[in-house]
Amino acid sequence: MSRDLSGAREVLDGDDVARALTRIAHEVVERNRGAADLVLLGIPKRGVPLAHRLAERISAAEGIDVPVGALDVTMYRDDLRLRPARALEPTDIPPGGVDDRTVVLVDDVLFSGRTIRAALTALEDIGRPRAVRLVVLVDRGHRQLPIRADHVGKNIPTSLVESVKVRLAETDGHDGVLLDKPAHDTQAPDEQQEATP
Amino acid sequence: MTATLIQNARVLGGDPQDVLIDDGVIVALGTGAAREDADVIDATGLIALPGLVDLHTHLREPGREDAETVESGTRAAARGGFTAVHAMANTDPVADTAGVVEQVWRLGREAGHADVRPVGAVTIGLKGERLAELGAMAESAAGVRVFSDDGVCVHDAQLMRRALEYVKAFDGVIAQHAQEPRLTEGAQMNEGELSGRLGLRGWPSVAEEAIVARDVMLAAHVGSRVHICHLSTRGSVEIVRLAKERGLPVTAEVTPHHLLLTDELVAGYDPRYKVNPPLRSAADVAALREALADGTIDIVATDHAPHPVEAKDCEWDAAAFGMLGLETALSVVQHAMVDTGLLDWAGVADRMSYAPARIGRCDGGDQPHGRPIAVGEPANLTLVDPTTTTTVDPSASASLSRNTPYEGMKLPGTVVATFLRGRMTHQTGGIA
Amino acid sequence: MIRHLLSAGDLSLDDATLVLDTADEMARLTEGRAVKKLPTLRGRTVVNLFFEDSTRTRTSFELAAKRLSADVVNFSAKGSSLSKGESLKDTALTLEAMGADGVVVRHSASGAPYRLATSGWINACVVNAGDGTHEHPTQALLDAFTMRRHLGELAGKRIVIVGDVLHSRVARSNVLLLATLGADVTLVAPPTLLPNGVDAWPCATSYDLDGALAGADAVMMLRVQSERMNAAFFPSAREYSRRYGLDTRRQRLMPPEALVLHPGPMNRGMEITAEVADSARSVIVEQVTNGVYVRMAVLYLMLAGTNSEEAA
Repeated sequence: MSRDLSGAREVLDGDDVARALTRIAHEVVERNRGAADLVLLGIPKRGVPLAHRLAERISAAEGIDVPVGALDVTMYRDDLRLRPARALEPTDIPPGGVDDRTVVLVDDVLFSGRTIRAALTALEDIGRPRAVRLVVLVDRGHRQLPIRADHVGKNIPTSLVESVKVRLAETDGHDGVLLDKPAHDTQAPDEQQEATP
Repeated sequence: MTATLIQNARVLGGDPQDVLIDDGVIVALGTGAAREDADVIDATGLIALPGLVDLHTHLREPGREDAETVESGTRAAARGGFTAVHAMANTDPVADTAGVVEQVWRLGREAGHADVRPVGAVTIGLKGERLAELGAMAESAAGVRVFSDDGVCVHDAQLMRRALEYVKAFDGVIAQHAQEPRLTEGAQMNEGELSGRLGLRGWPSVAEEAIVARDVMLAAHVGSRVHICHLSTRGSVEIVRLAKERGLPVTAEVTPHHLLLTDELVAGYDPRYKVNPPLRSAADVAALREALADGTIDIVATDHAPHPVEAKDCEWDAAAFGMLGLETALSVVQHAMVDTGLLDWAGVADRMSYAPARIGRCDGGDQPHGRPIAVGEPANLTLVDPTTTTTVDPSASASLSRNTPYEGMKLPGTVVATFLRGRMTHQTGGIA
Repeated sequence: MIRHLLSAGDLSLDDATLVLDTADEMARLTEGRAVKKLPTLRGRTVVNLFFEDSTRTRTSFELAAKRLSADVVNFSAKGSSLSKGESLKDTALTLEAMGADGVVVRHSASGAPYRLATSGWINACVVNAGDGTHEHPTQALLDAFTMRRHLGELAGKRIVIVGDVLHSRVARSNVLLLATLGADVTLVAPPTLLPNGVDAWPCATSYDLDGALAGADAVMMLRVQSERMNAAFFPSAREYSRRYGLDTRRQRLMPPEALVLHPGPMNRGMEITAEVADSARSVIVEQVTNGVYVRMAVLYLMLAGTNSEEAA
């Protein structure tokens, strides 16, 4: 296990991330019995590039284009009042919409479950999927709502004072997952899945 | 009345002297003046000025006793170091008859804080249509010598000419509120870059200057004296300066607020800064200070204009024009003129006592004001501590109103005591 | 983000860009959707406090607030105590007692929203929906949003604003916002309708409309009230229209892709002819649609989060 300069411990490296995504891609197809009627929606920020990578893998394996988009859940969060209003990330629903399709929500870290709750509410306003499934790269536990992921890259047991940082080439220049234990940060998990600024 | 001995006062800012007062009159002046039965006041470090005279005060009574009464307004005057105030005519009813001016005059005598010299309206009801009975007011017990429609301009040139001529018969003076009405319809603040930006209707300097220019020429033509109220622009200063160079009989006043505050204050739309004429630019303020120093502007007059809270606690357009001024006038003048080296204390005595009394013709008669501090003169005196600094607190005012623009500002100088014909009309806690 | 939106000049480049980007998202989140409503401001109360009639602005704010699920209360001069002379202060105290989170205020007195925001009468966020002849910041934002959608980033774009600048809150807000966004603005008006001191504004001025049109990326026509001619601002509606109106001949002087804007309501035949108003390059109707997105963005940014003072 390596440590970066800030003292964070790398729990997944670039190869681990790639392998996890490949496995999840296969699981999704297997569960769906093919790639037909799948729509992948990434939750900004890092869920979006993850969704695109999964779509590429599924398309390559199954030989059909899988629609992929982005679903910003900011407007649906239940913790908006706890901090200053934030900028919205793009929401991009593929042209075919979500009605009667299987929507796969993709996010980087599953923590309290509140982001996913917000995503489910947001989906309601967009259409009526046949089913909704959830893919996360990391499940760090500490759920506050009865929500679980269908496909998980890696379960990482954490304490509340720790933070999980997902790094992706598209947003951060390289791939990896870091576990950090800041001495001062005791942020409760009802903020975002990623307890970092 | 017992005698009072004021020890070590710096008369007009000069060397310390003792001033002995007996029966309302200064009876001795110099060092070592003594009298065994006299009340002794230690005035070490204090400046002694002749009692200040305000040529421009709004006492609001009769009619708006919720904003000010003769009693409260003159109490504020005494606290500001004034021993005489000229009460403007825009009351309700308007002071346009002998009856109203006598009533105001009598209320002043009963209150006893300062002598009240009523100003008579030039026109009936301030309507600018027909002359009020100027002669009757002059002959009344109030002995009116200053006439003004202040608040509105006597804009009809013919009427102004007649008024200027008519008051010559009893040595009166017309005090003009110089505001061309058409150029200032709906005007809200000084016209300039800021008024355009704030979207407030501009009040151009030329609206004042056009009337000032016209009236000095009218006064010259008919051989009457004219007094210009609250001069506020550099252009008006230039006109008055030119007129005086030509020997024309014009006098002019400036308010303390126009010597200190600028239109930049309007940027927050706080109606405390809404006043007529409006606060002007920094260049105007500089010109006014210079003109007061060189005598182009003869006097400081407060334009003390009390308004109830609700008249200012609203949006700018709906707010009343006007600011309190009596209690802060001397501090503002010290700050703007004395501490800047533009005027010495003798100059302050001239601009705030001798000259206003002269213009108002209350420097003679039985109970004169604006007289020098000298043996045999009435003991109208103001003692000032120029070394203090006070943060202005509206709630501490003697006025019934709170609309001071100086709230929270630190101003120098304190009026420690005021004497009206030997009687102390005001004193701070610090002296015995 | 700022706590109150009183002047377009209060917005930094970052703030203004945030509002415009957020409005883009609002458009995407609601355009073509069956469910146009977002739950974001559920439980928040927005009061539309209109001391001056303006059905279109009030409706736009009302729609924006409702699409964000806020509770909306309309206070207008007609049918409430405002017309009975109740003061701005008493009205504000009433709104505070009712628990308003945001107050959208339209007032005929310049600076009235400043008084509401700064006098300590209320804690609510104040949005200026047009005050006297001062400002109308959300109009400037929707104008910028509309132009940006067609022209891309506005830095370096040449915008010509024509008409009664003196009495126009739209012009003031547009000059400030467009300067912040880096556009080159030229005001065109007869000299009587340019404010004293306009030289100090961050824009150019001209009395000659034909000359200003040649390089324009967008031309914004301001409403001119014919009453102004009674106050001698110009001799007649006909002369105004001839010298400062936008007609087909003048539109041909503009580059073919240049936009035509108007904040409405239009005086067709006065400052703009029907042919120009209804032409392909006119985005006047789109401005109305975009007004809702921009106001949603403003309400979201000001009301959705905790305000920074509380957070600090």
